[in-house]
Order: sequence, then C-alpha cells, then structure tokens
Amino acid sequence: MKVELTVNGKDITADVEDRTLLVHFLRDVADLTATNIGCDTTSCGACTVLLDGESVKSCTVLAAQADGRAVTTLEGLASDAGEMHPVQRAFHEEHGLQCGYCTPGMVMAIVSLLKENPSPTETEVRQGLEGNICRCTGYHNIVRAALAAAASSGEGASR
Amino acid sequence: MSILGTRVIRTEDPRLLTSGGVYVDDLREPDLTGAVRATFVRSTVAHALITGIDTSAALEAPGVVAVFTAADMTDLPTPPPPEPLPDDAPPPEGPNPMGGVWQEPLLAVDRVRFVGEPVAIVLTDGTYAGEDAAELVSVDYDILPAVPSIEAALADESLLFPGAGTNVCVRGGRPIGDDSAFDQCEVVVEGDVVNQRVAALPMEGRATAAVFKGGKLTVWTSTQNAQLARLIFTAVGLPPDAIRVVAPDVGGGFGAKIGVDREQIVVAWAAKRTGRPVRWVETRNENLMAMTQGRAQLHHIKIGGDREGHIKAYRLDVVQDSGAYSRMGGFLPMLTNLMAPGVYDIPVVEADYKAVVTNGTPIAAYRGAGRPEAAATIERVVDWYAAEAGVDPALVRRLNFISKDQFPFVTKTGAPYDTGDYEAALDKVLAAAGYDQLRAEQRRRRAAGETRLLGIGLASYVEITAADGAAGETAKVEVHDDGTATVYTGSSAHGQGHHTAYAMLVQDELGIPMDKIEVLHGDTDLIPEGVGTYASRSLQLGGSAVHKAAIEVKEEAARKAAELFEAAETDVVLDAATGTWHIAGDPDKSLSWGQVAAAGDAGLIVANVRFTADRPTFPFGTQLSLVEVDVETGKVTLLRRVTADDAGPVLNPLLFEGQRHGGIAQGAAQALVEEILYDADGNPLTATLMDYGAITAAELPSFELLTSETATTVNPLGVKGIGEAGTIGATPAVHNAVIDAVSHLGVRHIDMPMTPERVWTAIQKASEK
Amino acid sequence: MIPPSFTYVRATSVDEALGLAAEHGEDAKYLAGGQSLLPLMKLRFAAPVVLIDLGRVTELSYIRDAGTYVAIGALTRHHDVANSELLLADIPLLAHTAEAVGDPQIRHRGTIGGSVAHADAAADLPATLLALDATFVVKGPSGTRPVPAAEFFKGFFETALEPGELLTEIQVPKPARPAAWSFQKFNKRAIDFAMVGVAVQGTSVALINMGSVPLRATAVESALAAGASVADAAQRAAEGTSAGSDIHASRAYREHLARVLVRRALEEASSRS
Repeated sequence: MKVELTVNGKDITADVEDRTLLVHFLRDVADLTATNIGCDTTSCGACTVLLDGESVKSCTVLAAQADGRAVTTLEGLASDAGEMHPVQRAFHEEHGLQCGYCTPGMVMAIVSLLKENPSPTETEVRQGLEGNICRCTGYHNIVRAALAAAASSGEGASR
Repeated sequence: MSILGTRVIRTEDPRLLTSGGVYVDDLREPDLTGAVRATFVRSTVAHALITGIDTSAALEAPGVVAVFTAADMTDLPTPPPPEPLPDDAPPPEGPNPMGGVWQEPLLAVDRVRFVGEPVAIVLTDGTYAGEDAAELVSVDYDILPAVPSIEAALADESLLFPGAGTNVCVRGGRPIGDDSAFDQCEVVVEGDVVNQRVAALPMEGRATAAVFKGGKLTVWTSTQNAQLARLIFTAVGLPPDAIRVVAPDVGGGFGAKIGVDREQIVVAWAAKRTGRPVRWVETRNENLMAMTQGRAQLHHIKIGGDREGHIKAYRLDVVQDSGAYSRMGGFLPMLTNLMAPGVYDIPVVEADYKAVVTNGTPIAAYRGAGRPEAAATIERVVDWYAAEAGVDPALVRRLNFISKDQFPFVTKTGAPYDTGDYEAALDKVLAAAGYDQLRAEQRRRRAAGETRLLGIGLASYVEITAADGAAGETAKVEVHDDGTATVYTGSSAHGQGHHTAYAMLVQDELGIPMDKIEVLHGDTDLIPEGVGTYASRSLQLGGSAVHKAAIEVKEEAARKAAELFEAAETDVVLDAATGTWHIAGDPDKSLSWGQVAAAGDAGLIVANVRFTADRPTFPFGTQLSLVEVDVETGKVTLLRRVTADDAGPVLNPLLFEGQRHGGIAQGAAQALVEEILYDADGNPLTATLMDYGAITAAELPSFELLTSETATTVNPLGVKGIGEAGTIGATPAVHNAVIDAVSHLGVRHIDMPMTPERVWTAIQKASEK
Repeated sequence: MIPPSFTYVRATSVDEALGLAAEHGEDAKYLAGGQSLLPLMKLRFAAPVVLIDLGRVTELSYIRDAGTYVAIGALTRHHDVANSELLLADIPLLAHTAEAVGDPQIRHRGTIGGSVAHADAAADLPATLLALDATFVVKGPSGTRPVPAAEFFKGFFETALEPGELLTEIQVPKPARPAAWSFQKFNKRAIDFAMVGVAVQGTSVALINMGSVPLRATAVESALAAGASVADAAQRAAEGTSAGSDIHASRAYREHLARVLVRRALEEASSRS
C-alpha cells in the first residue's frame, strides 16, 4: 500500500507492505538509520521517535498508522543551521551516552517528556524513562542531561 | 597544565548525537548493496536428536535465495583437534572453546543441546520474508531427557556428549583439604551461594554483514576485537590475509562480543558460498536465547573465625554451568578461585572448581568474567559470618583486610596484588554515607516496629584486570606533514570513549591539540595486530601503548628537528603546551609538528609499538548500598549507592565515572531483578525483555562516587582498569543490604535476585523458626 | 519481530468500521492504538488476515461530562485520560490508573477501549473500571447495547464482544466521594505489569491479576458492609480468586499480596477523603 509521511519536515511517499513497521519505514525507506531496534516486545525504547510531536515506540506503530502524519527522528532534531537541540547538547556535556545505541530513543523520549513537563523532578525524569533501557550508563548521566536540558531551556528557548 | 585528569567531553559524541552511530544494520557500504538477509532456524527443544530437516517448503517461498543446513557445509575444513593438556595445567587464558568430544558445531548436525541452537540458515532478498521463510523449515526431533540445571548435570544420567561419558567437562583448583582449620574456629558458617545466570544484554545484539569478492572476505561485525574475529573467520577455509574484519560502531559488548561465534561464521561462510553479500541482525528473542550469558555458578562455602571477627579459614567450591557447549573451558571458575579470598588476609584458603555442561545457552565472559562471582560470595559470606559472630560487618572487614603496608601481596590462591589501600576506601565510604547515622536510623525503625526497614550493605572488593597483560596491546602513532596525527589502536571501544582518552594522551605528550588527532580502531586492514577491549585492559595496555608510541614519535621528531635546526639533539626541546619545537633557550626559532613531520620518511613521523605488562593490576574499592525493604511484601527499594572505586590515577573523570555508573547499575541489577530461567524441560522462560528484568532508571537512584587513586607500578601511566570494577563491588553491596535489612528477624542468607517473593519467603521462614 | 502478512484497511467512522468488520468476518481484527495487538502479532501469537485501523475514527475520542457520569470515547488515549481535568477532579482513580499504564510512549498510543477489549487480566484499566461500575457501550450490526463491566470480562483475553462488534463508549459513574480512591500496582520494576494490583473507590475493591479476569473482592466488600474493620476485611482479599503461579510470583504469594494491598488501598482511600 502507499504510505505518505512527513519525516523531519520532508515528505516521503512509498509503496510498502501493509505490515511495515514505522521503524523499518524510517530506517529502510527514508534511510534514516539513527533510530535503532533493541527488542521485539516494545520494552526497550531504542526506537522512540516523535509522532506529531509526541514520543512513540516506532516498532509498535505501523507505517500505515502514521500515514499523513509528521515524524521527527534524532536526525531532525538539530536546527537547520546545525545547532544541537538543548537535549543533544546536554547529553554531550553530561556524558549521557557511551555506546550510543539507546541514545536516539533516549533523546527523543526526553524531548517529549520535557515538552509535557518542562521542569521535572529527578523522580519524574526517572519514571518518565521507565520505557527506555540503557546498559552502558546506569542512567545517572542521562538523568543529569535531562535535568540540565530542562534548566537550560527554562529561559524561554524557542524549542 | 596537563589535560590528563581533567573532564574532557567526548569527541565521539557529536556524530552519535546528531546523525546517530553506524552499527552493522546501518551500514550502507557499496559492497553490501543488494545484500541478502540471513534468518536462522533455531531449535525449539532443549535436548534432542535431529532426525530430519525439510527445507523444501522454505525453498519455494517468495524471496528465498537459499536455505542451508550442516549437510550443505561440507566444504569447510574440520576444526583442528584440541592440543592435549596435562590434567593439572591451568586453562589457557581467554576464550578457548573445548574441542574434541565437546566440539560445538556451526549449524547443528545431528543433535541440539539448547533451545535457540541454530539448525539452518535462510537467505532472503528482503528482511520481512526471512521470518516467514524460516517458519516453513520443518525439523523433526527425537526428544532426549533435558539437563536444565547444574544438579541435573552432576547426576550424569542424561549426557549431552555421550562420548565424554560425563557432563563434567573441566576440573581444577587445589584439592580441598581436611576440616582441621575449621574445627578450631568458634564460629563456622557453611552453605550454598548461587550466582545466578544472567544475560549480557547489550542494547545492540549480535550482527554481521559479509561479502566475498575477488578472493577476499570482508566482514563487518559487532565485536570487541576485530583481529581475533579475523582469526576465528579462518574457519571458513581462508587464510587471515584473505580476510578483512571491520568493527563499525558497536552497541555494547560486556564480554559477550569477544571475537565472534558460530552464527557469524555461518554468515561469512554463506557469503562465500553464494557469492552474495549477506547481512544478519539477530532479534532480541534470539539474543536472549543464543548470545552467550554470564555467571551461572553454584558455590559451596565454608568460613570459620573467632567471635571477635577474625577470619581463620575459607573454603570455596565452585561448580560452573557452561551451558550446552564449553566456550571457555575452566577459565571463568579458575579466575573465581584465584580471587576467592578477595581483600582479606585469611590464613587458610581452599578453592577448587569443576565445570559442567547443561541444556542452556553457552556461558562466556560477562562484565567481570569470574571475578564478580568471587567477590559476590566472599563479601556475602563475610557478612553472614559477621551476623553469626555478632560483630559489625564493617569491623569484620577492617580486622581482616590486607593492610596497606603488606603490598605487593600474593594471596593464598596465587594472585599477585600490586597496590591497594582497602581500609582507606572503606573509611571514605563509611564517612560519606554517614554509616553511624544510618545504623541509628535502622535501629530506630526496628524498635518502632515500622514495616519499611533500612538495610545497609557493604562490599569491599578487589579485582584482577589485564590478566593477559603479556599479550599487551598495539598502537601506531603517525604525525602528518599538515600537523595532524592519527592513532591506530588495537583496542576496540564499544562505548568506553577510547578515542577521547587516547587523544588526550597524545595531546599531553606531543602538544598536538585533540581536534587535530584522529583515533582509528577495529579494521584489520589498517590495524592487523591487536588484542581488543575486554578484561578492563584498554587504558592500562592500549593507553600505555599509545603513550609509548607517542614517546617514540617524540624521540624521532627530536632527531628530525635537530637536523632541521642543525643543532644537537640534546638542545632541541618540545613545548608541549603549544606543540612546537625549539632550540633550548631560543624561543624565537620554532618548528611546527607539520614541518618536522615533513622531514620524516614519506612525510610522516611514525612509531608502531606493542606494550606488554608482566603482571596484571588489581583495582579495588568499597561500595555501600542503602535499601529500604517493605517487610510486608518483601519489595526492595534502592535508596543510595555510595562507592569508592580505585583504579589508580584518573585520566578523564567523565569517562571514569561513566564506567562506574554503568557497572553499578549492572551489578545492582543482578542483585535485584535479573535472572535467566528455564523450566524443567530446558525451555527458556525469560527470552524476551518483557520477562527478563533489565533494570531501568525508575529502579535506580543517582550514585555517589568518591575519588580514590592508588597507582600501580605495573605500567608507566600507573593505571588499572575500571570497566568491570563497578559491577564487581555493586552486586554484593546491594545483596548484603537487603539481607542486612531483615537480619534482625533471623535471616542469614537469601539467594539472588532479591525478588519481593524471595525476600518475603525468607522473612516467613525465619519467623517460623 | 515481524508480524505475518495482513491486509490493512482503514475506517474513518464507526459505521465504516462496522461495515468493514462485517465484510471481512472472522479474518479481521480491529486495530486501535496497537500497543497490545501489535506486540502479539510481532511475536506471531496473533495473525489476523485483515486489520481494520480505527486510528482515524476521531468521533470516538472524547471525554464528556454527562452529569452523573463521564462518557469516554473508546479511542481516547491513556495520555488524554490521565491528563483530563474533568477526570482528575471527578474520577481521580481513573485518571491515575491511566497514568500507570505502560510508559509515556505507550500512553501516547494506547486507548482505553483497546485495553478493555484486549482484556489482559494483568492490565490496569479493566480492574479500575470494574471498581467504578462502568458500563461499556457496544455497537454491532444489530444495534447498540450497554454491558456492565461486571458482565464484560469473560476469561483470559475474552470479552462479551461478539464478532464484529465495536466498543464505542465507556460510561463511568461519578463516585460520591471522588477523593476516596487508591490504586496499588505492585511490581518488581516500574515498567512491569502488576504482579497483583488493587483499585479502590470508596468501598468498592477490584483486583488485578488474581484470576483470568479482573475481580471484585466481594468478600472484602461484604465484610466492610457488615461493619468489619479495614484490617479484618482485607484478610478476605483472596477469597474467590484463582491467582496463577508464574516466573514472577507464586499463587500463595499473590494471595498474600492481595491481602496487604487491599488493606493499604482501603487505608489510603479513607485517608484521602
């Protein structure tokens, strides 16, 4: 079937199998490979992207369900001028990533979390990340990055 | 001021954070265009004879390019027979699959020995067709009695390898003596401690892409050592110089990606056989069934001491579950034996081991590889003894530590500890945690009959890193005529930040700024010799190699600069702060690195070295856990983790802390939530992330890390390894905390993981007494 | 990891959805948020031949004040139920239960109707809706019928929905004392399904994962009605239940948890009001 999505601001149309998962559409059709697959039971969150601005696990959304809607992946987060999003910058400054595999999903989950809760407590960040698994960092610096991004965006940043 | 010891954010990050890492499944190499997708057909039973494999339906399915079984792999050379070893020889270090009668096949031949064992490989044009086609392969099994546990294996009733006559594949250690050392002890504790099977669970599973073109096999694989992988890929019948292995970005390894294993060899073979590029990326379900797992030891312990807290004797008897195939012989339990007494000077120590095969996933190295098991048990048992003797566990540790002035110290098990200050680490942690106040609050809550009680757990640990220091690590440093530098390392980072660390070392030594330094690893065409990253060896061996190469570059450059200045070599000096060469006392005349390099052969200054160490190093520390146990339900909440982990001078605190954080989380996870389970027929019960309890941010607190730097004399950087130490200390600290919370109820031991039901059941049993 | 092949069709209205279901018969399954169905299909435990996507049936996404009750469209997402000002004020138990479902990503997709129709005994919302005496409005080829929650859940993943029928609305009566609520979800990790869970509204007590369907703790409710103390009534929490044993918990432990959690839930509910 034909599916039309807007991904990182660009319209992409393709004829795909009905059963195509959004994550495979993004990786194989849109050729955006930052979004990773870490499990097969919607447990790990590595595949998290934004669908109309809200975090979803793209392995548990059919491309067909996202037809006509807007998806944002890690690759679409930096500004057009190439400036890192506050969450990306915070991850860099706080050493919030090691192997990088969970990172795109983790970053997108936090972007969505901060959109809905701009000044979360540490507990709220930790609970908000219960659907995102990391094996390298122990989460300590990921949480610091989320809180740092919240603090730096608190001054009315446009994102 | 030196850059060493400062917080430098990673050079690896910008790419990873903006365009994302490029892992095997992300590769868009021209040579992989049109790659077929590999999907494995795997055993659905734990122990059976294969009586037939029907691939006809799969072959007719849409998009199927080929279906292969062991019967098709007749073009492979047979594996060499194992080298005979005398019975009492120590097992070789590192991964060393047992061959001969214990031989593990590539695809199962006539027998399967664990659920998930690969039986056939299906190649399809697209990813989606793979699972459809694999379902159509039909395998007939004659079920054999399962051996789902160590106990079942030791009974030797159902044998996995009838030719061996037993399920015990290795024995070692020193023979256990008589009980006289214990008979004289006022307090003796004897019991079993389980160190349960856990999954390595890197976020990226196993993945390999291969192409055979023009007589050369190129393999991109998610590995911790490309050079070792290349040697392993010779199994397809090619010499090493016809094979190139590339490790792209690797999404975590934790020991389970050392080298490559059977599926990856089959994928490479399939590429050679079909002439098509092949890509394989396992699913999480496959990963939880067929990637090697960790720990899985059963310990029988005996510890004896007096009523004041002095330990007199310790005995550790280890049975290692190897899983269905012995990938490492006796290596893991040998290390457990070696590190058995931990940080203590115990007069009598006995340790022995045996390894058995069972119908489970093969066991191999997992973050700590044999040492966490030793620390988890000695630390648990010290607390157990302390509870029986009625002595505070911190005091028992203090009374029995190897003291600072006893180093270098060789333990009764033969471990040559280099440096350490165990008491200082303990003091630091107790002070930072407010140990006395915590004990007071614990007493208060107990006296008040509260249902949410505090538990305080300590673990003082020591661990062995770079055990294979003699193999060393390689480094080549090149300075180019444009003033940039390239570092080629045999290390193989998969998250550790080596590129940043090694660039810091080069900047420190040569004054070339980090943004002009490129670090390369993991490509056997560029770096044919290398050992790789595991055993917490990279900074001490790989970093020392980079350091050594940088010094040789500096020496060669000094000679060149002297020629250019027409001065004596002794008059030439490098200003490392600005990265420029001068004549001593004449700052106006200077040469840049680029100018000096241009004078080198082929416009380069190069040094190519291997650094070896004659001994391993022994990082150490103390960790404290504070937990809250809800005695009505047994639920454990982890409140605080305070740690002092000492691995010598800290090169980059950011990277150092990151390794500790990750280690602490994995260690706590084993104590609290992780366990691989099988039913009585050997069927896996935890083969998805819904069932296997990987720990999340919601279960963990932020960690309190204290700094402690006790250098080693083993390498010029003075550093030891930190990659696994955090894990080693964390498991017993959390384990002890939970038991401490309910020790006043008479609970002396609970096996990991401390699930709510386990804790609650222990409380019930104790109150029934 | 990959679902078996199916044909995807899309409905944009309730009538269209019913029409597609009638056309495809047994081969078809409705797809709401997909957070329960798609995982089953990816593991190949479910293999519908046709999926009828309800994602554009916007007419079923609403939360309306209907006076004595709140009417919630079946396709209202957990995120919207959890953040509804109306529900937070008038039926906080329901809003807080929706907040407990899964994780934020799942809550952005999963729907209340999808969760109810899926009828996992370990799910959060069915038990809460049972405690709240909700009514499920079911529409089918032969018309619309209301089904009380107590009659809706039949067995493991089995409901009163006949083939082709669509759950359209959930009607939740406003409790007399909205603040007298408690939701106790006991698990090893925050992301896990409840090992055992308890939803309390006033003196209505419902249990999660103590049987093949959500259960009212009727023995507890009778004891309370007869004047028993909370502590005594809670002791009867496991009566009439048939909890399972699995890798997470044994039956005996689940029964113990039920008693403890019911007591805590009743204490919390009464302390709040």
